[in-house]
Amino acid sequence: MLGTRATEDAAGGGEVPPVRARGLVKRYKEVLAVDHVDLNVQTGDVYGFLGPNGAGKTTTLRMALGLITPTEDIVELFGRDPMREGAHALEGVAGFVEAPRFYPYLTGRKNLELLAALDGADAKERIDEVLELVELAPRAAHRVGGFSHGMRQRLGIAAALLRRPRLLILDEPATGLDPAGMRDMRALIRRLADEGITVLLSSHQLPEVQDLCDRVAIVDRGRVVYEGALADLRRQGGAGYRLRTTDDVRALQIAREQRGIDFAAAGEHGLAFQAEEADVGGLSLALGAAGIGVLALTPELATLEDLFFRLTENDGAGEAEQPPPALAAPPTADERLVKAP
Amino acid sequence: MSSVSASAAPAPIRGTARFTRPATLTVYRWELRKLVSQKRTYLGLGLAMILPLIFVVVQSLRTRQDRGGENIFASQITHSGLATPVLMLLFLSVFMLPLIAALVAGDIVAAEDGNGTLKTILTRSVDRGQLFAAKALAAMTYATIAVFAAAVVATAAGVAAWGFNSVTTYSGTVVSASEGLLLVFASNASYLIPLLAVASLGVLLSTVTRNSAAAVVGTVGITILLFIIGQIPGLEGIRPYLLTEQYENWHGLLRTPTDWAPIAHSAWVCALYGVPALIAGYLVFLRRDVAGG
Repeated sequence: MLGTRATEDAAGGGEVPPVRARGLVKRYKEVLAVDHVDLNVQTGDVYGFLGPNGAGKTTTLRMALGLITPTEDIVELFGRDPMREGAHALEGVAGFVEAPRFYPYLTGRKNLELLAALDGADAKERIDEVLELVELAPRAAHRVGGFSHGMRQRLGIAAALLRRPRLLILDEPATGLDPAGMRDMRALIRRLADEGITVLLSSHQLPEVQDLCDRVAIVDRGRVVYEGALADLRRQGGAGYRLRTTDDVRALQIAREQRGIDFAAAGEHGLAFQAEEADVGGLSLALGAAGIGVLALTPELATLEDLFFRLTENDGAGEAEQPPPALAAPPTADERLVKAP
Repeated sequence: MSSVSASAAPAPIRGTARFTRPATLTVYRWELRKLVSQKRTYLGLGLAMILPLIFVVVQSLRTRQDRGGENIFASQITHSGLATPVLMLLFLSVFMLPLIAALVAGDIVAAEDGNGTLKTILTRSVDRGQLFAAKALAAMTYATIAVFAAAVVATAAGVAAWGFNSVTTYSGTVVSASEGLLLVFASNASYLIPLLAVASLGVLLSTVTRNSAAAVVGTVGITILLFIIGQIPGLEGIRPYLLTEQYENWHGLLRTPTDWAPIAHSAWVCALYGVPALIAGYLVFLRRDVAGG
């Protein structure tokens, strides 16, 4: 029973994941917005939730927060279903979906006072603290209608922290922030995670996710195409290599014919390919035999950005459930454009 | 400028906040504070208050003694200031006050949905049912304030212009000024019965349509439709059961002895409109997807 699990968790008798969904579906008439999505956010995770626009991220987060009803299955937050248990299921949960929204005709402080009143407990006493934390205290007496987008994002973080969350759900928190603001937002999220708050972070900022998250889910066309540790994903991306030679055109031809060399592609900065270490030796011998000199051969681990595009720019992605498809390692966007079929 | 203090924060963010559901009264108070903070709120109240003032000024400037009209209170305008609030209730009750009630009732859910603030408050510790109750109560409170604001201004202006004198009721009985004042208050209170049913329809449409303009226009449209139906020859049989026919339920209070029958009748007729509207709105609000904003 959900209630029992939640009780066990509160008593420390069981490990109930902060977010758990199995086979989550949301359908709008003919449109399948979320297609059997599984999520498993563990305590202490900084969990990245990635996907192109329209992939179903926001819809999934809305279901997680009880704002919309799943067509099939449920999302559990600490073992509780928001659709059945209402606000009680959001105990220890805070965050925002899409841009945080406030009452433009109220001041920043009044908005927080309103939300604190709806939270009860000691939330009201924490208003000054959270305003200081997001550096909005000097503007707290101004109406939110005059706030910039970045200020509203920061107010959204402040509003979330009023609840002393154990799980923080953030949808594109760095959107609209200047570079310094983005850096500070990352630092704040890292600090919150260090304090033991589980973070579910939906973001388009792939370097941000790579920097912050230990586990990720990548969704595409409503389906999860990868869920698991970011380190595993990058490992599955395979060891990539970059190669510069005296004759890249012929080298590419040889690489494609060489056994164990996968996804060879040419770009402005040489060749990129994926291979086991032993096969790289074979390639260098083959190049030497063909009279092609090796100018540089450097190993490269696939970035999250590379992996993201490989997982989500596949035309047949709708069919790609876990495990992920074989992951090539084209190191740059340019190289993706000229990647061999 | 840096945006968030990541390194110099004084205290841990994490704590052990326990779940506390706010009282519905708290949610209701905040709904009122939101109304108080919006200019639109004062538009309706301003309309409710300015019309009695215009009425009194115009009547004061008129030199003709024959005020005309078949209404007994119209013939007493210059004799007693207490005739003014009765006449104003008569004039405003048909269209203006329902419109003012609809302005807020039709907007109270839809505006929040459109602005995205509904999702903000629904991710706090308040239940949907509490929020709906608070919003419905706030819309009704606003309608009540509009009615009494118009009555107070009309009474004050009328008394200032023509004195606090006795007044003759519909049955021809002369009542003292203090009793007349009480009857004015009771009449306005009685008019709230149909007006709160109108507000309930507004809240329902606001919840269902998710569009403020559609809800306001829809609410006013329904009242106009009912009014027109009430004028169609051959439909006399259903006239007692039309919401708009209940707008004059307070006339029974201005007779001697008091005729309570119209008030009792309007109470259950209006309940037939208002209660299902509120229940339907509540159920829709509980189950609806909040995807606005």
